[in-house]
Amino acid sequence: MSISITLLAQLIAFVLMVWLVNKYLWAPLSALMEARRKKIADGLSASERGKHELKLAQERSTELLREAKDKANDIIAQANSRSNQILEEARNNAKTEAERVVAQANAEIDREVNRAKEELRTQVADVAATGAERILKREVTDKDHASAISDLIARI
Amino acid sequence: MATENAGGSPVEYIQHHLTNLSVGEGFWTLNIDTIFFSVLLGALIVFVAMRIGRGLRAETPNGLQNAAEGILEFVDEQIRDSFGSRAPKIIAPLALTILLWVWLMNFMDLIPVDLLPAIASGLGVEYLKVVPTTDLNTTLAMALFVFALTIYYSIKVKGLGGYIKMFLFHPFGKFLIPINIVMTTIDELAKPISLALRLFGNMFAGELVFLLIALLTLGASTSASLLIWFPLQVVLDMAWIAFHILVITLQAFIFMVLTIVYIGMAHTLDDH
Repeated sequence: MSISITLLAQLIAFVLMVWLVNKYLWAPLSALMEARRKKIADGLSASERGKHELKLAQERSTELLREAKDKANDIIAQANSRSNQILEEARNNAKTEAERVVAQANAEIDREVNRAKEELRTQVADVAATGAERILKREVTDKDHASAISDLIARI
Repeated sequence: MATENAGGSPVEYIQHHLTNLSVGEGFWTLNIDTIFFSVLLGALIVFVAMRIGRGLRAETPNGLQNAAEGILEFVDEQIRDSFGSRAPKIIAPLALTILLWVWLMNFMDLIPVDLLPAIASGLGVEYLKVVPTTDLNTTLAMALFVFALTIYYSIKVKGLGGYIKMFLFHPFGKFLIPINIVMTTIDELAKPISLALRLFGNMFAGELVFLLIALLTLGASTSASLLIWFPLQVVLDMAWIAFHILVITLQAFIFMVLTIVYIGMAHTLDDH
């Protein structure tokens, strides 16, 4: 058990072992673990970023929704006013049309009245003439006749 | 147990077990068994490492990779505790090698003391010492490598002047330079020696206790005495194995931690 050349052999074996352990165990495994650590860290930061983006998107969607609501309200208001306007127009049109029809009817009535008056007048003249003829039992001169008729007409 | 060597006295039995299979004489003695088992265990580590390396998966690590990652994290934690983040690149594989290799070499202690030597003698090999860490050459080799690294990093961090200054002025300031040199030299040399002897001593003592337990039935010649000693031997052996599992793990861990601490100390700049 004394110190001998075995020590040198063991020293070489030990150094070799350190080198082999580094090459086959430590280096690949620690590289892998380092990569995994980095991946996890990246994933966590990515999820953090995703959360932030989600928050932004939510804010934006809320804003868009509010804008859309405002716009819809505007459109409804516009539509309401337009419908009122159309209604008003229609009412006005109907009114003027009714007035026009009434006026036409009035004019017709007036014409009819005048025509009836005219007819009545001539008939009255005839009746008067006939009546006068019978009363006078004589032929009335055209001159008398005419003056009598115009006298009558004027009186009617 | 131990029927192979039943003919010898207890002293011969123990001496036989403590003799290395070796070639050469004097300083040029090469302990074949020590080298064989340490290289075999090293090859086992490399083989398992390669197997893990082939099926390396980042997302879904399997059982063996999980275990390796756990050990690796554990070692890394020890290093971070004494270095912070600026540990040199060699320290992590060095510490991992020490932990795994020393533990496996210590583990050879738990194999029944007569099993492998009996098989070897059946194959015509006379001596066999199966625990490489009960050979001072193994532990001292590792300790010297660690010592060389501490000197290298001391000089690298403090500069050659700083390293010499540490010897000149270290414990007592500039008025006691001769004493300082002696003190610091002892201090520095004590590190590798204590590192080597602690592991060697623990493993050697553990091996010796196993041998003593094995001796209980060695001298028993009658079946009546066997009846008494054999149950005692079984109980003692189990108790010592249970205790020794802790010892081998602890010793491997201590060797690793002290390696990290010594190299870490080499990195601290003195303010003396």
